[in-house]
Amino acid sequence: MKWETVIGLETHAQLSTRSKIFSGAPIAFGAAPNTQACEVDIALPGVLPVLNRGAVERAIRFGLAVGGRINPRSVFARKNYFYPDLPKGYQISQYELPIVVGGTLEIVVGDQQKTVHLTRAHLEEDAGKSLHEDFHGMTGIDLNRAGTPLLEIVSEPDLRSSAEAVAYAKTLHALVRWIDICDGNMQEGSFRCDANVSVRPAGSDKLGTRCEIKNLNSFRFLERAIEYEVRRQIEVLEDGGRIVQETRLYDPDRDETRPMRSKEDAMDYRYFPDPDLLPLEVSRQWLEEIQAKMPALPQARQAAFRLRGLSAYDALLLVGSREIADYFERMTAGADPSVAKLCANWINGALSAKLNDAGIDISQSRISAAQLRGLVDRIADGTISGKIAKDVFDAMWAGEGDPDTIIEKRGLRQISDSGEIQKIVNQVIAANPQQVADYRSGKEKAFNSLVGQVMKATKGKANPAQVNSLLKQKLGGS
Amino acid sequence: MLNFTVKQLAVELAARRLSSVEVTQYFIKRINALGKALNAFISVDEEQSLASARAADQLLAAGKGGPLTGIPLAHKDIFCTKGWLTTCGSKILSNFVAPYDAHVIERFNQAGAVIAGKTNMDEFAMGSSNETSFYGPVQNPWDTAAVPGGSSGGSAAAVAARLAPAATGTDTGGSIRQPAAFTGTCGLKPTYGVVSRYGMIAFASSLDQGGPFAKTAEDLALMLNVMAGFDARDSTSLQREPEDYTRELAQPLQGLRIGLPAEFFAAGLASDVARAVDAAIAEFRRLGCETVEVRLPNMRLSVPVYYVLAPAEASSNLARFDGVRYGYRAPEYSDLLDMYCKTRAQGFGAEVKRRILIGTYVLSHGYYDAYYIKAQKLRRLIAQDFAEAFRRCDVIMGPTTPTTAFNLGEKAGDPVQMYLSDIYTIAVNLAGLPGMSIPAGFGDGNRPVGLQLIGNYFGEAKMLNAAHQYQQVTGWHLEMPASVRSEAP
Repeated sequence: MKWETVIGLETHAQLSTRSKIFSGAPIAFGAAPNTQACEVDIALPGVLPVLNRGAVERAIRFGLAVGGRINPRSVFARKNYFYPDLPKGYQISQYELPIVVGGTLEIVVGDQQKTVHLTRAHLEEDAGKSLHEDFHGMTGIDLNRAGTPLLEIVSEPDLRSSAEAVAYAKTLHALVRWIDICDGNMQEGSFRCDANVSVRPAGSDKLGTRCEIKNLNSFRFLERAIEYEVRRQIEVLEDGGRIVQETRLYDPDRDETRPMRSKEDAMDYRYFPDPDLLPLEVSRQWLEEIQAKMPALPQARQAAFRLRGLSAYDALLLVGSREIADYFERMTAGADPSVAKLCANWINGALSAKLNDAGIDISQSRISAAQLRGLVDRIADGTISGKIAKDVFDAMWAGEGDPDTIIEKRGLRQISDSGEIQKIVNQVIAANPQQVADYRSGKEKAFNSLVGQVMKATKGKANPAQVNSLLKQKLGGS
Repeated sequence: MLNFTVKQLAVELAARRLSSVEVTQYFIKRINALGKALNAFISVDEEQSLASARAADQLLAAGKGGPLTGIPLAHKDIFCTKGWLTTCGSKILSNFVAPYDAHVIERFNQAGAVIAGKTNMDEFAMGSSNETSFYGPVQNPWDTAAVPGGSSGGSAAAVAARLAPAATGTDTGGSIRQPAAFTGTCGLKPTYGVVSRYGMIAFASSLDQGGPFAKTAEDLALMLNVMAGFDARDSTSLQREPEDYTRELAQPLQGLRIGLPAEFFAAGLASDVARAVDAAIAEFRRLGCETVEVRLPNMRLSVPVYYVLAPAEASSNLARFDGVRYGYRAPEYSDLLDMYCKTRAQGFGAEVKRRILIGTYVLSHGYYDAYYIKAQKLRRLIAQDFAEAFRRCDVIMGPTTPTTAFNLGEKAGDPVQMYLSDIYTIAVNLAGLPGMSIPAGFGDGNRPVGLQLIGNYFGEAKMLNAAHQYQQVTGWHLEMPASVRSEAP
């Protein structure tokens, strides 16, 4: 039987506020345990929550970016359960009335574009951490993270493969950083996903029983966990079994998912509106103020780049982050489409590779947009060939200065003087009678070998187009 | 000094005829002598109190005193008080020394008031007799066989026995007004949101409101002037211009319209209470007030509505008492769940457990709509009744309680009877309105009767005006129990 995979993601993005969502305590990752927790965070008797406006603004920015509806009135609710790292015995979240409803995200998988629908996005507070190591049979509690603002973004079950899930997660990850609401640091847990996975016979329109895989904090784990889970579910079903609705945990060491708790022992969270917080009202004026401060969104900038002659794929890569898009725009100021296309190739190719190797962001690039444009201009005006340009680029990365300086210093200027090239062509023809004969007898390959000889003799500086035409003339070709 | 009002003490202090140290010592001696038997206090810390008194004397000497500077006040043990044991009447907080001050305590500290001690109360303010306290019941100074009411029983008894000139309390369903009525004192619950709840240990967040106890309406106004005001740390605190609650005290009552809800005078009201309340209303008529009958048809639903909503909120509010970070933890347990279970089983008393169970039940999946949502809808209907009534009157009056103070142990075994003792006060909390109780004579067995005044939103000054004018022509508020009349501390 053919099976279809159905996936929905719940993503927790930690909002980049300075203080917590319901207290004034600072948020600093990696601080000594319990030093970033005030009386509200540790839930002393009598303390009360006060909503951080900055967290709400970030949630609204997200809602606007995905074209969702911003609820003019949303409600904070208490999700009640006992756990030592949950100081109040309840988590303040949004339940029936979230701040953002609906919205969509465009993703690209291979050459396919797809619209993923969002169910909702709501504000909530994070819990603390339980530390099970180093306490000799006891558990340590660190409440630094307690009260950190989170935006939980819930997608519809629109995704049909692990590749789509990863593309969605990456697009979302880029978006939250694009609109400055989350630093996206996955190692520190600032962006983490839970995946709801089910399978069904291809063509069926009824959803299968799903399992939720918790806390996937890298794109690779997300991909592998889904792939494992899909295989597992298909095996169970093909063996005549049935899927039990449950929460599962992905173990990256063993590359498998394991049951955490079943639906039967699912907790009753006894949600009810938090009486300590008034309903959250978003006025039209506030919404307009936030709207006015929104940056141009990736889709808009991608469309603008395509109007400058770029392919959809190139344009998509350039909106991977706002910094990349800005770099491209600085680099292509006043450039015509052919130069813009070259610029995109250099950013998405050589520069991106170098940045990846160095593990740094484009804002930390050792080559500025102006410098890289200088290099592209030298290619466009024929001063150097694309091949030589690679060497110049490496030298620029190594800190040897502007492209012009490097070209001059190393004598890399392309030879376009036809007299000089003619001389070398003559020498090469004289020195390689066999290849000349081969070519003349119809072996096209021999021609390439002759071109190579000329390029070698000029240390790659000859203008390849000129070499071609002069050789052909000389050999009596077309 | 025994029967001095806050106002009178302030005059003596300002004139330096008395020092705060003298006044404080006087009342602490009375607390130690009389308070022990009454069991009105959980904590007394003479050293800390006298240190504040000395600081107050310096302020007074420098002529920088305010209306409450140097006055010793008794605070309900529900207010977190830095450096003081703050138990909320519970074993689970029996070792909890608060590391911060509640907003109310902060305000009194800024005003230069002295903390005379922390008063006994029903555990987590759940009770109407002060019998649910881990620290034992409080006796009513008027009759030691009687309860002082609850949950602010210790504060009411302290003012009634003249162990402190004034006190603080909290009122979720009548916990200030009912004990005030039972002890012949004045108590006021402000409009919801007027007094910050920051640092006031939560019972039912949407109903809880702090307020003062005193001997006179005028003293209540002075206390409220300090307690009230916006606090950014409480999201339900109302952002309003500060008001002087004494400003209308002297106004004549000519033409004041008093609403008398038929439901307050129906079956269930004891005849001795009815007589005293009728007499008080007659007095108001003599002062020039008009009376009109009003209807509160949904008031009968207020007790069941309250006993869905208050336990629901409480079940969640009390989840933080889990033995993990502070407070009592069971000495022996096998694992985390066992620690939670034993800590809470041993740390909470029966009434608190009952309400946590009720609250957990009504919030459970499948019951939430039938109980919690339904109760919220009825709550709005009850508030609408009052809105309707206030179209026809300025202040509502009636009995605070259906009977005078009942005996210790009399209702302890029957929660429903106990809950019904708050039948006239609960609706006021559900509507978020201000209410107060003032002494209006005595019923059978010389037990005090309280007259309840209910104001419209932010109608505190109007209520205080009516009560003050009544107290200018009557003397019930100056009566003292025989056992405490000796001037010697």
